[in-house]
Amino acid sequence: MSILYAVLVLGALGAVFGALLAFASKIFHVEVDPKQAAVRECLAGANCGGCGYPGCDGYAAAVAKGEAPCNKCVASGPEAAAKIAEIMGVAADAAEKKVAFVPCSGCNNVAEMRFNYTGPEDCRAAMLFGGKSNKLCTFACIGMGNCAKACKFDAMHVVKGVAKVDRSKCVGCGACVDACPKDIVQLIPEKQRTMVACRNQDKGAQVMKICKTGCIGCMKCQRECPADAIHVENFVAKIDTSKCTQCGHCALVCPRHIITTFKA
Amino acid sequence: MSVTEYLSIAIGAILINNFIFSQFLGCCPFLGCSSKVETATGMGLAVVFVMGLASAICYVVNEFILVPLDLAFLQTLAFILVIAALVQFVEMFLKKAVPSLYSALGIYLPLITTNCAVLGVVLLNVQNSYDFLGSVIYGITGGLGFMLAIVLFASVRERIAFADYPECFDGFPICLISAGLVALAFMGFSGMKIF
Repeated sequence: MSILYAVLVLGALGAVFGALLAFASKIFHVEVDPKQAAVRECLAGANCGGCGYPGCDGYAAAVAKGEAPCNKCVASGPEAAAKIAEIMGVAADAAEKKVAFVPCSGCNNVAEMRFNYTGPEDCRAAMLFGGKSNKLCTFACIGMGNCAKACKFDAMHVVKGVAKVDRSKCVGCGACVDACPKDIVQLIPEKQRTMVACRNQDKGAQVMKICKTGCIGCMKCQRECPADAIHVENFVAKIDTSKCTQCGHCALVCPRHIITTFKA
Repeated sequence: MSVTEYLSIAIGAILINNFIFSQFLGCCPFLGCSSKVETATGMGLAVVFVMGLASAICYVVNEFILVPLDLAFLQTLAFILVIAALVQFVEMFLKKAVPSLYSALGIYLPLITTNCAVLGVVLLNVQNSYDFLGSVIYGITGGLGFMLAIVLFASVRERIAFADYPECFDGFPICLISAGLVALAFMGFSGMKIF
């Protein structure tokens, strides 16, 4: 008998609350700005937070109120920005599409290991064991994949101990940039297709000892560049993306094959 | 119950038997929402609100439905049901009636649904056999105690951001250690008897 009562009472309570809530949702229905809903439709919906607002809904609300610019969502790209601008009736100022880039090529068997790390799969944890890296190169990517875990678009993977970006999937939200405890990952303009995949600031001789491919600062690329876009600073070549013409000459002369060119 | 009893319930809930520091209830929002004083205050206000209301409604449900039918063993289940429905309702009501408060509370309001401090307060009401007014007072002051704790702790955490501590404590470890120290300070109240 008591079971019956229990079922009845809980069922009745649930039904009453359900009915009340359904009723309340009608009474307390709040009209959402139709613009907000339309803007929300255009967004990628990953709630990546790249725009600086709490999720896609927060951003859509801010746009509808006219508080946020239309092009803040890097994840949904310039087409969406144009659509949102159309909804809001303002001129679109399309955001330059960016993608993540990992300036390290020190994968297994290329970069010398400092120790064989067997702890938790976490870059921060691996960093605690002295030297700031499990590789001899203190600038190298640890490869425990904090960035890959942070990526909501399946665009970041650890391949042979180094994080690699899948440029076709990357939307440039910057979640990996924030996740990297060593501040290795950076956002570069998508049109920039030539990059130096090394950030080691040690002198050439030292780099030779610890990495088979790291930049030794030989200046060959700097001399070869017709646009004066690549310079060696702190013993590592750096490309000025505003000057680079993507000619790829630097990649051809690099003795360490550290300058990568991405397909368009 | 007399006025002095209500007063001792109130002071007890805020300081002596503080929900977070001496009963270990509501620790997840305490750690999750305490990085800024502003958000901590929002969370605290929402908890005060929901705990007060939940105490009142759960008292009615318990006293007039569960106890007469001899179903006291269903308390936990029924109270969870009440709290979940209540939070939903409060959310809808605030959205319509006080949009400014709704946007200030933001995400914290739905989060309270899964806050064990709210369930804790209604179960303790039954355990301590408070009357209606006593339950409501215990709920509201319990919420105030929660708010006191979370705002104090958020202020501490804002200071920690500038402190120089070993790198290995970065993030949650230093946060947990300082939570322990704040709790130790509250231990000073334990064992106090009022009236």
